[in-house]
Amino acid sequence: MGQKITIDPVTRVEGHGKVTLYVNNDGGIEQARFHIVEFRGFERFVQGRPFWEMPVLVQRLCGICPVSHHLAAAKAVDVIVGAGSGDELTPTAEKMRRLMHYGQIFQSHALHFFYLASPDLLFGIDADPAKRNVLYLAQENRDLAYRAILMRKFGQEIILATAGKKIHGTGAIPGGINKHLTIEERDRFLHGNPPFNIDNMIQWSLDTLEFFHQYEQKHRDFLLTYVNFPSNYLSLVRKDGAMDLYHGVLRAVDAEGQKILPDVDYHEYYKYIEEEVRSWSYMKFPYLKMLGQERGWYTVGPLARINTADFIDTPLAQKELELFRSFHGGKPCNHVMHTHWARLIEILHAAEKIKLLLEDPDLLSGELVREGNRQFEGVGLLEAPRGTLFHHYKINEYDQIVQANLIVSTTNNNQAMNNAVLQVAQRVFKGQKKVTEGMTNAIEVAIRAYNPCLSCATHALGQMPIDIEFVDVPR
Amino acid sequence: MSLLDIDERMLDLIEVVEFNKSPINDIKKFTRKCDIGLIEGGCCNSENVHVLKLFRESCKILVAVGECAIMGGLPAMRNGIPLKECIDEAYLNGITVHANVNKTVPNDPELPVLLDKVYPCSAVVKIDYSIPGCPPHADLLWATLYALVTGKETEIPYEVFKYD
Repeated sequence: MGQKITIDPVTRVEGHGKVTLYVNNDGGIEQARFHIVEFRGFERFVQGRPFWEMPVLVQRLCGICPVSHHLAAAKAVDVIVGAGSGDELTPTAEKMRRLMHYGQIFQSHALHFFYLASPDLLFGIDADPAKRNVLYLAQENRDLAYRAILMRKFGQEIILATAGKKIHGTGAIPGGINKHLTIEERDRFLHGNPPFNIDNMIQWSLDTLEFFHQYEQKHRDFLLTYVNFPSNYLSLVRKDGAMDLYHGVLRAVDAEGQKILPDVDYHEYYKYIEEEVRSWSYMKFPYLKMLGQERGWYTVGPLARINTADFIDTPLAQKELELFRSFHGGKPCNHVMHTHWARLIEILHAAEKIKLLLEDPDLLSGELVREGNRQFEGVGLLEAPRGTLFHHYKINEYDQIVQANLIVSTTNNNQAMNNAVLQVAQRVFKGQKKVTEGMTNAIEVAIRAYNPCLSCATHALGQMPIDIEFVDVPR
Repeated sequence: MSLLDIDERMLDLIEVVEFNKSPINDIKKFTRKCDIGLIEGGCCNSENVHVLKLFRESCKILVAVGECAIMGGLPAMRNGIPLKECIDEAYLNGITVHANVNKTVPNDPELPVLLDKVYPCSAVVKIDYSIPGCPPHADLLWATLYALVTGKETEIPYEVFKYD
């Protein structure tokens, strides 16, 4: 028998996971598994709590994209209070929430690309691990690090202005939102001193895409061959087929682009999606019911959204989508490393959307909340930075939660990430007698392309230890 | 990750400190004894306890960051409920797990053992300082790090110090 290799913890991802590989004497992979090791039990312990707590309570399963959970829970609770879904809320409420959401997409994607993923691209997969991180990047290229910090900060400040706090805000309430945008807040984002304004953020998003194109030209084979396999893709799209990250209908396409889930009402998601439980991970394995466990798994997130959408309704991102589409011959892209490209297109799209919303007078005044007839069940879906997020609550006549179901973005990618781990491991370990750090990082690079949030995936507030050592005594 | 909300000050921080084992770099095992350890999250499983003890051994000053680390936080809402009920709800009784007819639950030896309750870090090791908040205000994190690095006391405005 060969040897067991453990990568623990997987780093430069959010939360805690590990990889185990069983490698035979010839470097062949007997088994490859990406384990999620945390479990919290949200579905059970929210039972008995009042439903209106959900938007502030459940978002605490994550510190990276809490806005996603805040808004998905709020959308489910909107249904429960009889306010309806999406644009059935007041224009002010819907648009303030959208601004919050696009602010979050912007900050979360910037965080992932610059802080977590770019060191692999800039320094190389097998670079010195002591240098292969954003801290070294900041020493090498202070300007790029400064941009990364300000882009994330801009998104976080949008969240602060709409939700009240940068992390774990309270803006969305059952049936609406609890504030308007002030003129001062709007003007600061629209016309603030450079570089801190939206026009500059759009320009930096374009620059980041340009940076990617230059990288892509030099490393085309790497990006295309590193990890790729046919997959189904699932996301929300707007009713007319446009990319929509906040609201829409549920669509899935196969690896050839055929629609396998034809724009269905997401409130009935449970008719189409089921989850498999495997003994070796706390993260479940969702699949499309009609295709079954073997063939029904799918990918979500930026690559899925780029593959499912017919078009993007902002001009600069649409132009970039056309480039992406022509590069891939009009077919869905099955090259996992191009998820980075898709993510950067979404950063640009989010920035364009933020500008349009900031210019909309509905944010400054108008009705904040709608009411209606009480319902006893509510489903809320949206496209979180990492993919489709499902919240589902049932309540009793005392307004207490009696059942909750959460399918978190990263969970949807469980099978796809395991496939990616296996494919890279098979290639990298083949014929190798000795395991190097670069070989194990190669596997993590494939996982990082999905930008998994392992805290979210098991609804865990994962333990995130950081150590700091002094290298110099400040004066 | 709320540490990143110190924004541009991150560039100043890395001038004077070096990050050892952390989720934002690829150092998976301590390479030396460290001056400061920051720990987020409570103890929910055997792995959390192991990592926390390792941090205590490897860091001269250990700081609990956020409500979960300080007192278990929101995940400790499960402390009044038998663990089995939480597992059953997630894997056997949920709305989208009807196909789990074999009643599989995660129990592989590769997975850490879950603890009966969620414990604050101070129940496992000695904690030197605590930074409250869910998450702590970025200015509070900054003020604390600044004070620890320089050894000077700093003023913390009332609105920055909160237990939300």
